[in-house]
Amino acid sequence: MSRGVGAELARRAAAVIAGVFLIVASSQGLDDHGQLENPALQARYEHITQQLRCLVCQNETIADSDAELAAELRDEVRQMLIAGKSDAAIYRFMRARYGEFVLYDPPLDARTIFIWGAPFALLLIGGIVIYRVLRVRSRMPLDDEQEAGPK
Amino acid sequence: MIPELGMFALILGLLLAMAQAFFGLVGAWREDPAWMSVARPAVAGQFVFVATGFACLVHSFVVNDFSVLYVANNSNTELPLFYRVAAVWGAHEGSLLLWVTILAIWSLAVAAFSRGLPPRFASRVLGVLGLVSTGFLLFTLWTSNPFKRLIPAAADGASLNPILQDFALSIHPPMLYTGYVGFSVAFAFAVAAMLEGRLDQAWAKWTRPWTICAWIFQTIGITLGSWWAYYELGWGGWWFWDPVENASFMPWLIGTALIHSLSVTEKRGIFKSWTLLLAIFAFSLSLIGTFLVRSGVLVSVHSFATDPKRGLFILAGLLVTIGGSLGLYAWRAPKLYVPGGFELFSREFFILVNNVLLVSVAGLVLWGTLAPLFYELLGIGKISVGPPVFNLMFLVPMLPMMVFLAIGMHSAWRRGKLSVAAKPIWWLLAAGLVIALAVQRWIYGSVHLVSMVGLAFGIWIMFSSLLEPLQRWRKGQRMTAAVAGMAIAHFGVGMFAIGVSTVNTYKIEKDAAMKPGAVFSIAGYDFKFVSAHDVAGPNYEAVQALVTVTHDGKLVATLKPQKRHFAVQQTDNSHAAIAVNAGRDLFVAMGDPLGDGAWSMRIQYKPLVRYVWLGALVMAIGGAVAASDKRYRVKAPVTTAEAIAPPPKPDPAPGVA
Repeated sequence: MSRGVGAELARRAAAVIAGVFLIVASSQGLDDHGQLENPALQARYEHITQQLRCLVCQNETIADSDAELAAELRDEVRQMLIAGKSDAAIYRFMRARYGEFVLYDPPLDARTIFIWGAPFALLLIGGIVIYRVLRVRSRMPLDDEQEAGPK
Repeated sequence: MIPELGMFALILGLLLAMAQAFFGLVGAWREDPAWMSVARPAVAGQFVFVATGFACLVHSFVVNDFSVLYVANNSNTELPLFYRVAAVWGAHEGSLLLWVTILAIWSLAVAAFSRGLPPRFASRVLGVLGLVSTGFLLFTLWTSNPFKRLIPAAADGASLNPILQDFALSIHPPMLYTGYVGFSVAFAFAVAAMLEGRLDQAWAKWTRPWTICAWIFQTIGITLGSWWAYYELGWGGWWFWDPVENASFMPWLIGTALIHSLSVTEKRGIFKSWTLLLAIFAFSLSLIGTFLVRSGVLVSVHSFATDPKRGLFILAGLLVTIGGSLGLYAWRAPKLYVPGGFELFSREFFILVNNVLLVSVAGLVLWGTLAPLFYELLGIGKISVGPPVFNLMFLVPMLPMMVFLAIGMHSAWRRGKLSVAAKPIWWLLAAGLVIALAVQRWIYGSVHLVSMVGLAFGIWIMFSSLLEPLQRWRKGQRMTAAVAGMAIAHFGVGMFAIGVSTVNTYKIEKDAAMKPGAVFSIAGYDFKFVSAHDVAGPNYEAVQALVTVTHDGKLVATLKPQKRHFAVQQTDNSHAAIAVNAGRDLFVAMGDPLGDGAWSMRIQYKPLVRYVWLGALVMAIGGAVAASDKRYRVKAPVTTAEAIAPPPKPDPAPGVA
């Protein structure tokens, strides 16, 4: 690997680490518009804004962030809801414009399987480990006689 | 003058830590009693000098010595005295000094209470602690000197970040650090045992109370942090799966596994290498956690560029610690394997399941935190791992864990049979399900399957943990601290579970634009924004709203949230007002003025949210009771009859057995 590529990789790593490990910011993005008139729309609005990431912030949803971009995105979600778009259409729009990064709840696909599948994979591995240990240990003597000794 | 004295004291502390490490380790290796006897006084001396250094930094903050760069960056004459002291650990340099000071305190405690241990072993433990101290003092002095002068001195300081000016957050870092650092004691015991090449049941008995103590502090530290985030950040959330939170949660999970695995090693002399591995991981993750949060290296790409020294030192330190201890482990652990059988559904089996699941959660949290990094490095794309993913990662191992916990408390060692006290266990599960269903249906108005199951299991665990104490009480049997501690801690797990399942499902969070006189209603509560007026705090100006809450026309609470403006930092900070009772929190936070006297307000209803923190506190209390058990206070014999000669048998399941 050439030096340039290595440095580039290191720079990217540093940038990503910086992005990942930032402390939660102190600000909060309260909505200035008040409630949508239709409570069902308002509920969907609240849910959707909780699932989208503010792109210029440090690990915040657009519902929580007070950045300008977050406010714009909230507005965009609001307008699309009023226009009668479905939730899926709104997520599709956001994903098309900002990439997968914007979705806190990424859809299950070939790439995200390593994330969504991890808990189940680990559960399976854990089960195998437990089974193997148990199989070996259950054949060993229980050495009850040690019980007589001091606890 | 005082800062220079502090610096000088730290250098002396470093030299003594080096002496402690050298004479402790080499003395034990040469079996030289004279050399080994140096370790204890060296610990005492190191403590005196490090504590002096710490006191000097506190003094600089108290007297507002802005010729010290760190003080100028983190304090201000307007800052109240309490927060000036807390500002000592408000940023990287002071946090490190706090870390070393707490380590010196732990080392002193180990030195004082290790006289009953075999001298060689105690000497090695102190030696390892000396090594850790040396590393941290070197790092502090070389890259992060808190006493660096600012010439000419600043007229006034930049002050402490307003969101850190809070009581819970002031004591949160010392608590958390005491936990983190406490795991270095378990680590030192583990390394010492590996150096000895011998690890017996007595070793587990010595190690366990230290580990539980560290775990208690960490539990309280994390709880304080969560509580602080809840009321201070103004969002009303209590856990955000933020990398910083994850960094403290992972060592806690491993530490919890370690406490349980130690009990198996103590009782049966098995699971030795696994226990060692957990001790190494708990400490390694504590180190990583410390650095991630406060080093500044990971906060800004710039700090890497301007101060590569820090980043390199951290990486090298982690590599030496983790690599070295794992190397030692790979060399020694296989020799420690002891055969010892147990049946399905024995106590050992349940603790094995507990360990596998806890470590799984820790692994998943680590993976979730680092996955975006891997994805980007591998060029697969930028992805976000957020609460939906983490919640799944937590829930998938934890739901089965709760079942195993409720039953496992009543299991017997070796044999797969439950104790007599466990007779009604299945009836209690049924009762839990009925209660959970009824509560959701009639109190909260709707049934949600997953949270209903969580709630039912939580209730089940609470009932189940009462069985053994009840049985003993009825039969007039003696209640040991170990039994009581276990029951209390597990009762806390149940409380935590009912809190989490309820608040996450039935919380209501609304943003409203309100003018004085406006009323906003959630969950049957009417929040009326009565008025707003200006108030002044010690170092801020604020607008305070008056919000009355009525339920069925009856006044329930009068809330006074504030929007504070800190002139020194030019920042605003929302100070929420919360009305608490046993069933719910009512939460109001002010947003921004919208003109015309109107304000944006965040209004929240949080059912049972207190049980989240109360549950954690009860767990910590349970730990304290368990650690006070008589068997841990008995002076350990110097020669251990229980030492088991390791038979040369290959480990069939390395890593776990």
